[in-house]
Amino acid sequence: MAQEEVVENGIPAGVVEEPIAHRLAEDLKEISVAEFFERNKHILGFDSLHRAMLTAVKEAVDNALDACEESEVLPDIAVQIEKVKKDEYILSVEDNGPGIVKNQIPNIFGRLLYGSRFHAIRQSRGQQGIGISAVVMYGQLTTGHPTRVISKIGEDMPAYEVDLLIDTKRNRPEALRTEAVHWDKPNGTKVMINIVARYAKERRQSVYEYLKATAIVNPHAHITFIDPHGEEYVFPRVTEIPPEKTVAIKPHPLGIELGTLMKMARSSESYKITAFLVNEFSRITNRTAKEICRKADVDSLLRPQDMNRVQASRILEAFNMVKIMAPPTDCLSPIGDLLMRKGLKKEIDAKFAYTVTRAPTVFSGNPFQVEVGIVYGGDIVQENQVKILRYANRVPLLYQQGGCVTTHGVEGIDWRPYGLEQRGGQGIPVGPAMVIIHVGSTNVPFTSESKESIADVPEIYQEIQLALRECARKMKAHINKKEKLKKIAEKYELIQKVLPELAKKSAAVIGKDVPSIEVVVTKIMNVVVIDDKVEHEKVDDKKFTTVDIEFTNYTPKQRNITIYCKVPVEAEIGDTDPKPFKREEGLLIWKVSKMKPTEKRHVIFKLVGLDKGDYEEADLYFEGMRAENVIGAEPL
Amino acid sequence: MATDRYKKAVKGLEAIAEEVYNDFIKGDIPKMSIPVRTKKNIVFDDDLHVWKYGSNLTHRSAKELGSAYTLLRTMYIIDFIREMIKTKKSSTLREMYYISEGWEIAKFPDQNTSNRLAEDLEIITKSLREDFKLRPEEDGARVIGNVTIQEVNRKGEKKTFNCRDDVGDSGYGIPYNVEKEKLTFKDVDADFVVAIETGGMFDRLVENGFDEDSRAVLVHLKGQPARSTRRFIKRLNEETKLPVVVFTDGDPWSFRIFASVAYGAIKTAHISEYLATPTARYLGITPSDIVNYELPTDKLTDQDVHALKSELTDPRFGDEYWQGEIKLQLDMDKKSEQQALAKYGLDYVTDTYLPERLTEMGILN
Repeated sequence: MAQEEVVENGIPAGVVEEPIAHRLAEDLKEISVAEFFERNKHILGFDSLHRAMLTAVKEAVDNALDACEESEVLPDIAVQIEKVKKDEYILSVEDNGPGIVKNQIPNIFGRLLYGSRFHAIRQSRGQQGIGISAVVMYGQLTTGHPTRVISKIGEDMPAYEVDLLIDTKRNRPEALRTEAVHWDKPNGTKVMINIVARYAKERRQSVYEYLKATAIVNPHAHITFIDPHGEEYVFPRVTEIPPEKTVAIKPHPLGIELGTLMKMARSSESYKITAFLVNEFSRITNRTAKEICRKADVDSLLRPQDMNRVQASRILEAFNMVKIMAPPTDCLSPIGDLLMRKGLKKEIDAKFAYTVTRAPTVFSGNPFQVEVGIVYGGDIVQENQVKILRYANRVPLLYQQGGCVTTHGVEGIDWRPYGLEQRGGQGIPVGPAMVIIHVGSTNVPFTSESKESIADVPEIYQEIQLALRECARKMKAHINKKEKLKKIAEKYELIQKVLPELAKKSAAVIGKDVPSIEVVVTKIMNVVVIDDKVEHEKVDDKKFTTVDIEFTNYTPKQRNITIYCKVPVEAEIGDTDPKPFKREEGLLIWKVSKMKPTEKRHVIFKLVGLDKGDYEEADLYFEGMRAENVIGAEPL
Repeated sequence: MATDRYKKAVKGLEAIAEEVYNDFIKGDIPKMSIPVRTKKNIVFDDDLHVWKYGSNLTHRSAKELGSAYTLLRTMYIIDFIREMIKTKKSSTLREMYYISEGWEIAKFPDQNTSNRLAEDLEIITKSLREDFKLRPEEDGARVIGNVTIQEVNRKGEKKTFNCRDDVGDSGYGIPYNVEKEKLTFKDVDADFVVAIETGGMFDRLVENGFDEDSRAVLVHLKGQPARSTRRFIKRLNEETKLPVVVFTDGDPWSFRIFASVAYGAIKTAHISEYLATPTARYLGITPSDIVNYELPTDKLTDQDVHALKSELTDPRFGDEYWQGEIKLQLDMDKKSEQQALAKYGLDYVTDTYLPERLTEMGILN
């Protein structure tokens, strides 16, 4: 496994003055680790036997995922839980990461708060918990067993197996045994910890649900899970593209707190306030720094260490008066529309999935980004409340749903116009839908130290609502389209089955020849029906999506219609027949002209490079006819 | 003559098919128009003194899938009826429903739909379903009283019998066809007709000898009366001039039974003049009776309240008497059965209640 992830700037500014890590470290000086552990069980996530199991899995899996991502390896993670006796289990988690050099193994697994990235500001899973060493400690305290780690760093290298304990008085790891062993893996790490815990599959907050939720937002990971009954579950990888590597950034000036600004100034190594602003904040240029000083009426030559409270607060105000670019967002790691959709489709068999990745933005100087997805139909139960899958920095949140900004975002929307039921237009809606919300940030503002729900930060709430509404509109369009298709089916039944029979039978009753029904058909339908078929195929490793749009003029008049087909920007446009009248970014436009009554026309095109499920129905808009005379596309 | 009626029916039915066919030829969307069959579209006919359908029409256009199916089924029914008339057969409504199993996509989803369509065709062709050789499966109800009837039986023989002396305790069973070619009233020696909702009360009056003691003809309605029962009462009233009173439970459903006897039912408003007896009067149990006779009661159910409220806007119950009684019942939130009179003993209904009520109504002196 990689460097142990240690709690870092885990608490939002303003909630607790100092990062929790500092406080925990201080605590550790005073009391023995064991005592500390006992006192802080609830913060560390070991307050019940069920929760202990989940926390252990969560820490170990997060650690494994981070290890792989760090080295840009597609994660292959194997989780196994074996029962030793009642309420005692062995948890093993294995990854295909870069491995750990022999000497570092004890430090990484056996030392609380050991890490290398203390002050980096970036989005990382480690924010979520206390770390793998806490699990090692928990296992040791509850079972007395040492933890076993096997790690291998390269093909030609031996694997090392280490049994380790933590010296709880000194907070130091103690390797009981280190041995070179043979391991069939080129590289990777496996950790086995005995813990007192409880396993239940049926619970909403279970290991299975956790891994499933993890798989959804980590479509690049392949996760297998063997439960205590020997049952194996596989969450397969659906994309070869790993998430972009994140980089560390400096704090962004917008919304930073006065206290933080003063503290930063005091400990700054710069000689001038302008240099301090340029060097220690992101997105401040020399020019902006001078402008800030001017607006704040602060001498630009002032030593930052001498800045007083009044000056600091004027600087703070000035931050909002000048134009400052949004913080760099490469410190964030969004999952992305397409990958989210893939993750969702992989785990949930739904007819419709739509996702929105909002542009990154800022709260209190912290970049954050919201991603929302909605799935609808298929296997999802119609009568149940909509399930909300919550994530912070790609880690599923399983507890404290009611207090989370993500839940509040869902509850604050009147879902009825979007086709879901909802009592009084507020609260969690009911219907065959599921919502997924991911908040990624360098500093996720959790409501409490147990890090299970995100605080009601207005900026985050608003981003969530905007994204939800966009998804909801798409869902509604899908529902409308489904209803229209039902109507089309009825019309077809009418003109293809019932009318011919009616003509035949009425003629038979009065002893005449069967009359022609064509004119009546066009009068009854009085629509142009647009029907799209999407097919996916793979030829020589190239992926083709063929879209066939069929137009049938079931009106008594000749018709012209302009059709706009939205296509994913990621896709390359292949063959088109006929050639589009116009091509724009993510848009193909055709003019279908002079269609005679009952005439059929086709527009066929290929998209290259999309996976199955990326594009399942054509997104069609039209112009040139009245809305009530067209079925199968939305008016532009 | 019967054959003329059949000819008229066939002509009317074929005209429907012809219209559909002509619509196709002209390129028009085939349709069929019939009166709206709800309480919103019934009006009092001053000449016939019964409630008939008004002028509101509903259009069944082949534009709608459901209506297109109805039109198609109509074609099949027309074909089927014409065939029955040709081969001198008849069928029950239920049999027709089952026969439609062979009509492929035109088969009926349920018997209610086929019954309603048969009624629609009566309305459009101004014929009776008997003219279509269709009959209901339900039998008519029973009669006991000093009435002499002549019936043509299934062998074509004329049989004459007295509905008091020549029948058992269950009385004379009214056949489904009570038209003149089948049934005639030969002799009547009675003062009035009592139409009774429940079998229990009918049997009580028979056991107590009410028909003989009070010179009454007792007719059992069996709940909502069949067409033949209503037609029988109507002819008895018209041809013998005997006054008719209706004796039912005291609840909203019973008021509807009375309305169908006296005013015409909404479902069969197209033939109200054949079926309704405009001079029939409501005897009880009235909501006032419940109060005056201190009868044992039940609380109104939600459906009862809904039915009563619906009756308040039913034009047939628009007069002062019914509006008052219905509102009274809603206020007291109670209902009673006819047999609740047994509270005062088995003879109370014949010794006290009926004589009192009939005297109030001026039928007994």
